[in-house]
Amino acid sequence: MTAPRLAVWKFSSCDGCQLTLLDLEDELVSLSGELEIGYFLEATSDTLPPPYDLSLVEGSVAAGADLERIRWIREQSRHLVTIGACATAGGVQALRNLSPLPEYQSVVYARPDYLDSLDDSTPISAHVPVDFELRGCPIDKRQLLEVITAFLADRKPDIPTHSVCFECKLRGTTCVTVAHGTPCLGPVTHAGCGALCPAYGRGCYGCFGPVPTTPGGGGPNTRAMLPLLRRDGLSEADIARLYRTFNAEAPEFAEAARQAEEEAR
Amino acid sequence: MNAPAPLAEIDESGLAALFDALVRRGRTVVGPTVKDDAIVLAELGSAAELPHGWGVETEPGGYRLRPRTDRAAFAHSAGPQSWKTFLHPPRARLWQADRASDGTVTVREDDAPAPRYAFLGVRPCDLRAIAVQDRVLTAGAYRDPVYGRRRDGVFLIVVECTEPGGVCFCTSMGTGPGLPEGSAFDLALTETAGPGGLSYLIRAGSPEGSELLAELPARPTDGVRARAAVAGAAGRMGREVDASDLRALMAGTMTAERWNQVADRCLTCGNCTMVCPTCFCTTTEETTDLTGDHAERWRRWDSCFDLDFSHLHGVGPVRSSARSRYRQWLTHKLGTWYDQFGSSGCVGCGRCIAWCPVGIDITEEVTALRAESGAAGAR
Ligand code: SF4
Ligand code: SF4
Ligand code: SF4
Ligand code: SF4
Repeated sequence: MTAPRLAVWKFSSCDGCQLTLLDLEDELVSLSGELEIGYFLEATSDTLPPPYDLSLVEGSVAAGADLERIRWIREQSRHLVTIGACATAGGVQALRNLSPLPEYQSVVYARPDYLDSLDDSTPISAHVPVDFELRGCPIDKRQLLEVITAFLADRKPDIPTHSVCFECKLRGTTCVTVAHGTPCLGPVTHAGCGALCPAYGRGCYGCFGPVPTTPGGGGPNTRAMLPLLRRDGLSEADIARLYRTFNAEAPEFAEAARQAEEEAR
Repeated sequence: MNAPAPLAEIDESGLAALFDALVRRGRTVVGPTVKDDAIVLAELGSAAELPHGWGVETEPGGYRLRPRTDRAAFAHSAGPQSWKTFLHPPRARLWQADRASDGTVTVREDDAPAPRYAFLGVRPCDLRAIAVQDRVLTAGAYRDPVYGRRRDGVFLIVVECTEPGGVCFCTSMGTGPGLPEGSAFDLALTETAGPGGLSYLIRAGSPEGSELLAELPARPTDGVRARAAVAGAAGRMGREVDASDLRALMAGTMTAERWNQVADRCLTCGNCTMVCPTCFCTTTEETTDLTGDHAERWRRWDSCFDLDFSHLHGVGPVRSSARSRYRQWLTHKLGTWYDQFGSSGCVGCGRCIAWCPVGIDITEEVTALRAESGAAGAR
């Protein structure tokens, strides 16, 4: 039996999530024993032909050429996992979805006519079916390893969908909101980072995106967060800005920012 | 010969002597200490690490450390953790398995002995919480090995409450602020601060407690000042609640409108269950390494606020809405807990009120449910 063939793809992104794979220093050797690297330009310019057993896709769909490329990648991939805020929610570059593109293209670029930009930056799942979405900006390396090992063992990855608060409580971090009055998005943010920021006394700014919304009425209660964030000193404009970062266009965070702006009026 | 044993007290140096005696007996002492602007529970190296001179102010969704005018070490109410962090740890490995090259699988259970703990500064409400978890985790048909190993032989030093917090309601639940009759403990202290420094009324509740007490530099006392401090605390509870017949109240209000109102505010963040000293729910996680030759089973705290908690295969989460998740927490804690374990699951420590980011108050919810069911009954 040959090892499953791995491919790592980049769309509009900073490369940080792919680098997380190279950052798995202690595991890289056994990883390369279990997986055959088929396409991973960040690591090697040698490539192997498709199909690929596991494709990790970083980045958002933001340029015209991306549309066809992601469909081709999907066709060539048995299992497709999107990694990071760009691939799962459109990334920080999705902030451009909020205003007309030509206006700042002309400010930034001398020859905007050379550009092939789409109006919106969108997640991979808006274009092709995705088998698993791994959140974070950047993703957490332990979680990436868990997704890969789960794939190799043909089991469900253990990636909890609860709030960052769970991770604070499990690691014994004192709540920064309750004990210090620090504004924190932890209660509405998807776990995964291990509650990194609160462990250093900072509030969570939501880089793992919202906790999931379910048909039965589950989801981030961002309305109930408004009075809390105000109590901790944020204005409505601050609150809108807080939600509009790496996951600005995750629908729940986009809605939360709108709620804050609506309250300001 | 039959004269009642005289009451005894120790001073601050006696407290240090107690600490040292515990360490000499090979005990790992866990107690309150200041960390990250809160009074947390941690393994302590000496009595000097106790939060001398610190108090706390608590309110729904708020907790602040406040300097005191005296050196009291135990004049503070519940902090962000409870003793369950040590007895029922957030994560525990249950076993690991290895597959050899010939295919044989070896399973090794994690059954290393636990530290021999001494818990210094257990509040009466928390002593009751330990008794509640004892019932849940060790008194049924299956004794929980992780909890059992840690719980066996813990040396419990209770400190009665003299400074209740703004969210405390142990008087309503019958668990404090003094040590209720019939409690099981090793030593019990009552701290008072006076012009002559700190003093601790001390009594033993077990043979090991008596043995240790005999080694301490104690002097006789009438105990009047200590008794008065505890009685005064009972009159200064931050909250109270009518705790009569909670089981019937919970069973009779499943369709109440109030659940919608609390759901509008609830973040379903799960903090209340994780700070609650009696909540015991866990989930298991299975991990493999890259080769698949090594596997481990862990368990970690879970909560009925977690969507995966009620996930059914092919159906998804059965309790998705905030209404159904909050209702599960409250009705289990105050209602079905009686059916399962013969007591309330709430001991009145107030943690879920203080550490709920949006300050949802269990006593206020009970009062509102009572009002709504009373109004419905009157119609
Ligand atoms: S605490 Fe929040 S902002 Fe910080 S790393 Fe975690 S998810 Fe990102
Ligand atoms: S329900 Fe709240 S007040 Fe009652 S024991 Fe649990 S944390 Fe304490
Ligand atoms: S209230 Fe929820 S988390 Fe706590 S013991 Fe009951 S079901 Fe478990
Ligand atoms: S009651 Fe408070 S602490 Fe509990 S889940 Fe709701 S918002 Fe979180």
